[in-house]
Amino acid sequence: MMDRRVSGRLATLCNERVSKPIIYIGSGTCGIVAGAGETLKAITKYILENKLQVSVIEVGCIGLCSYEPIVDIQLPGKARVSFRNIQSPMVESLLDDVFNGEIPYDQVIGQYKNDLHNAWEGVSSLERLPFFALQHRIVIRNCGIIDPGSINEYIARGGYQTYLKCIRNYTSDKICEFVDESGLRGRGGGGYNTGKKWMIANNQVSDQKYLICNAAESDPGAFMDRSLIEGDPHSLLEGIAIAAYAIGATKAYIYVMAEYHLAWSRLRNAIDQMKDYGLQGYNVLGSGVDLQMILVKGPGAFVCGEETALIKSIEGKRGMPESKPPYPAIEGLFRKPTVVNNVETLANVPFILKHGPQRFNEIGTTNSKGTKVFALSGKTVITGLVEVPMGTSIRDIIYRIAGGIQDGKELKAVQIGGPSGSCIPPHKLDLQVDYESLWDAGAIMGSGGMVVMDENTCMVDMAKFFMNFLNKESCGKCIPCREGTRRIHEVLESITRRPQNETGHETLERFKGIMQLEGLAEVIRDTSLCGLGQTAPNPLISALTWFRDEFEEHIFDRKCRAGVCKELRVFYIDVDKCTGCVACLRKCPTNAIVGQPRQPHFIVEDKCIGCGLCFDVCKFVAVMVK
Amino acid sequence: MFFDIEVNGKTIKARNGDTILSALERNGIKVPTLCHLENLPPNGACRMCVVEVEGRQSLLPACSHPVEEWMKIKTHSPRVVKARKTNIELLLSNHPDDCLYCERNGNCELQRFAEDLNVRERRFHGSRNKYKTDPSSASLLRDPAKCILCGRCIRICEEIQHITALDFIGRGNKMQVGPAFNKNCGQCIIVCPTGALTEKQHPGELQDALHNPDIKTIIQCSPSLSVTLAEEFGLRAGKDMESLMYAALRKLGFDYVFDTTFAADLLVVEQAAELLERLNEKKLLPMFSSCCPAWIKYAEQARPSILNKISSCKSPQQMMGALITSHFAADLGLTDDSIYSVSAMPCVAKKFEAQREQMTHKGITDVDTILTTRELARLIRLNGIDIQQVEPEMVDLPYRSRSSAGKLLAVSGGLTESLIRTLHFMITGKEIAQPKIQELRSSRGRKEFKIKMGEFNLGFAVVNGIGNVNELLTEIENGRSDIHYIEVMACPGGCVGGGGQPIHPEFNNLKARAKAVFDIDDKEAIRFAHRNPSLIALYDHLLGKPLSETSMNLLHTSYQHREVML
Repeated sequence: MMDRRVSGRLATLCNERVSKPIIYIGSGTCGIVAGAGETLKAITKYILENKLQVSVIEVGCIGLCSYEPIVDIQLPGKARVSFRNIQSPMVESLLDDVFNGEIPYDQVIGQYKNDLHNAWEGVSSLERLPFFALQHRIVIRNCGIIDPGSINEYIARGGYQTYLKCIRNYTSDKICEFVDESGLRGRGGGGYNTGKKWMIANNQVSDQKYLICNAAESDPGAFMDRSLIEGDPHSLLEGIAIAAYAIGATKAYIYVMAEYHLAWSRLRNAIDQMKDYGLQGYNVLGSGVDLQMILVKGPGAFVCGEETALIKSIEGKRGMPESKPPYPAIEGLFRKPTVVNNVETLANVPFILKHGPQRFNEIGTTNSKGTKVFALSGKTVITGLVEVPMGTSIRDIIYRIAGGIQDGKELKAVQIGGPSGSCIPPHKLDLQVDYESLWDAGAIMGSGGMVVMDENTCMVDMAKFFMNFLNKESCGKCIPCREGTRRIHEVLESITRRPQNETGHETLERFKGIMQLEGLAEVIRDTSLCGLGQTAPNPLISALTWFRDEFEEHIFDRKCRAGVCKELRVFYIDVDKCTGCVACLRKCPTNAIVGQPRQPHFIVEDKCIGCGLCFDVCKFVAVMVK
Repeated sequence: MFFDIEVNGKTIKARNGDTILSALERNGIKVPTLCHLENLPPNGACRMCVVEVEGRQSLLPACSHPVEEWMKIKTHSPRVVKARKTNIELLLSNHPDDCLYCERNGNCELQRFAEDLNVRERRFHGSRNKYKTDPSSASLLRDPAKCILCGRCIRICEEIQHITALDFIGRGNKMQVGPAFNKNCGQCIIVCPTGALTEKQHPGELQDALHNPDIKTIIQCSPSLSVTLAEEFGLRAGKDMESLMYAALRKLGFDYVFDTTFAADLLVVEQAAELLERLNEKKLLPMFSSCCPAWIKYAEQARPSILNKISSCKSPQQMMGALITSHFAADLGLTDDSIYSVSAMPCVAKKFEAQREQMTHKGITDVDTILTTRELARLIRLNGIDIQQVEPEMVDLPYRSRSSAGKLLAVSGGLTESLIRTLHFMITGKEIAQPKIQELRSSRGRKEFKIKMGEFNLGFAVVNGIGNVNELLTEIENGRSDIHYIEVMACPGGCVGGGGQPIHPEFNNLKARAKAVFDIDDKEAIRFAHRNPSLIALYDHLLGKPLSETSMNLLHTSYQHREVML
């Protein structure tokens, strides 16, 4: 009897049972970019105009970024139901329908399963959708579902109880042991055993130790940490609190990119709530444990995600990596023992300690335990966040979870592991995502960005893009990374361009540069100071390994099969379509087009520099790309 | 604790806590380094010292990686050599190709490694960063295009000098080293492996003056110069070239040659008198020395509260300059326009000092041009003078004689030693029994010495390197009162380690230079500044007594608070 009453109150607290309708709107960064702000305005307007008693809650992203803005509606006694792509003009008809008990079926994603309520007829359950069915959500379990601004809801769902259990029942050694047993490895890219790292720091004798949560997620194509913080900040903070206790740190820094405005304010708010509830500060809930969380805005440099550079940055110095050893766990922030963990790593911690290391250990492969969150972007039908058990194949993620490639095109490559990761060719799609398998295939787990590219992508251009990024973002400290990436980028640039007035000498030099690409890449990998430098040549090496023919086409045939490298395009004029209007002939800067007025024109290939002006001016679509 | 490691197939001993580099060096195995600096924490930027360690995927930097018992190291395997060579080639691909026009031609570490690694072909082509040279400092010239971003200048400025005038700006290949402000000590020049940091030069003006028959050119050379000049001519470090140097200077065309050591004696006497005065009045103690212009500039910028405690004596260079323009020139009937006063110094901050407002009279600087040791050597070579073949000569009257106490000013601690000798005489009327003070002759950055003279129990402190000064100043601010005199030199080792001295890639010549100075003092007859006969004559004819009105006008100066950005 007692239990039922408690669980009933809890159900109300976590909005499982409602007395008035609730409208949830996906207002993570992805939602806002898709127009959630306007949608929210329209919803508020609708409620005011119709004088309704409805609460509106802004939630994070549930992972279906391409369906944003997502609007969920929960009517009293009815299951919560999700609708996709609700732009502001659609709000009125949607709400009219739902409040009248009708479902616009073309807009619906699915409904939440809930025993307390009646399900909607003809609406499939969310968990049955292929997107969710194959996922195993631990870290992002609450994202998009709970109110990120409410500590009550998090607690009602069992939050912070694990933290209390830890500080009351376990010694720090015991927690380190548990985490070690669980097999959790760093999710930021390195893959070092988290429990081991904690033990090293825990065994250091020092008057002060620090925990740093690395939320400097600056890889292009990675947004796992951001979505997690925006959707469920308290689960991260609980992980941080436990980790700090486990290593004996009383100060925990959270280093967030300055560009993550929303994540920053959500964390700010969540930390204040923790303080109000006595969950951090001096002598947490009378346990004798002190905990202080400090938010630090990072400047957003790519290199500041490297742990030693990040430490320098918190110290107020220039973010440049230092040589290791000494490792931060022995001598880190302000020369004190410091553990630097990624957001996702820490968000796994409450689960491990709540359910015991064994539960976690059962998920995944022999050496890679648990799940991994991937930020899926590019040319898949669904883009967004997916969390899968380690060992899931890339093919499953792309074709079963994400629904395959857009417009039925061919997949060309999957770039995994961020800018210094590698691209996986189609014939390697059955590769399992776990640390060892990826490493063996010459790729890295990285932080978890997964960019899917279709046949319209040029691999040389892709490698060039990443080398340019790495060169611009290099801290500049060590020679191979600073100068080497620049030279590689220049060589790739020369491959993708058609130099005007090139002398024979320059052609020779260009070819010499190409010949040296691999050797140079090897030296950069061998001698760079930090992990980012050592992996910097990866995009080039993997593209060269798997897509060598495309490089050769660019070099020898001067041709880009994807048509991305504009200067390599070869134009011709379709004589049937050409009316002889001389528009292209007048525009051509090199007089490569010949022909009489009102007669079909021709392009002299040798003179053509591929600028594309004729292509642009032709009104009759007579200029074509070979 | 020692243990065995395997290097290139041979077993060598390594010590717990060593870096790989120090273990290799102790066993005589050379690994090239570009950014490493002895006594400073490793940086690991240049990747020249990488070695192959069995079982490790990438190459390890020897300068920063601790040596471990299991290690099997290859220092010159093909993989390692290829990596080193590639890195040098990468540096060269973004370096101006103007070795022939570069000041460091022939004494450049980048050039040497390119030669050692047999770089014979330009493998990497591409864009280069274009920079303008930065002439904003009075004494330094910065050429970012030649900078290889090793960070040595930044580290010496931060860790040893505690100034932090330089730091990296920008990132990626746009990164460069830049200053916010500086104290002109020039240590950054000494550690720069390339020609990115050099002293400012005005050779044209000097050449014109030397060849103009209407202008009398006068040169003075600093006490430390005679023991360091030899290195510029490939001779043993610490060889004393005093009289040969005087002769060479005359051959260069200087009409009069003086030795700043004479002014050093003068400084010692004046400063001793000043200290005695303050001791009697028990005010403005401890007194700080004033002969290092870099220290003065630092104090003016960062420590304005102690400016009144700094001795008002000008530096020896400026004392000599003032004597030359007002006393010597006046005696000869020369006008300001018809003399050109040059000084040869181990220092680049002197270039700044000479421009100070307080160091001019009637709007004309007392010293017109300052040459560093390196510039002087270049001038001697330019004029085809074989310094080993010249006949020894003496300096000109009336400042001919000097004491070996003045010579001691070349080394950190030497000024204090000389000062104690003279002060002892002033207080007790007797010469000190043991003029050599061993405590002040070590190569440490901080030294202290206590002595009883008459009624006074005196404490003397000697510091070199601004970093050490800060430490001492903090102690004094916290109430330490047993120190009465503090000698400060900005450069490690004192003037023998000055920013204008010969650049040596090994940085190990300081001891030899200092020893040469001590040897001079140990064997000479006149070991007390106040016994210098020329000096006694000067007091008789011109100054009267120390701190007289004439001497205050001529030889003393004042200091002012300086905004840091200036």
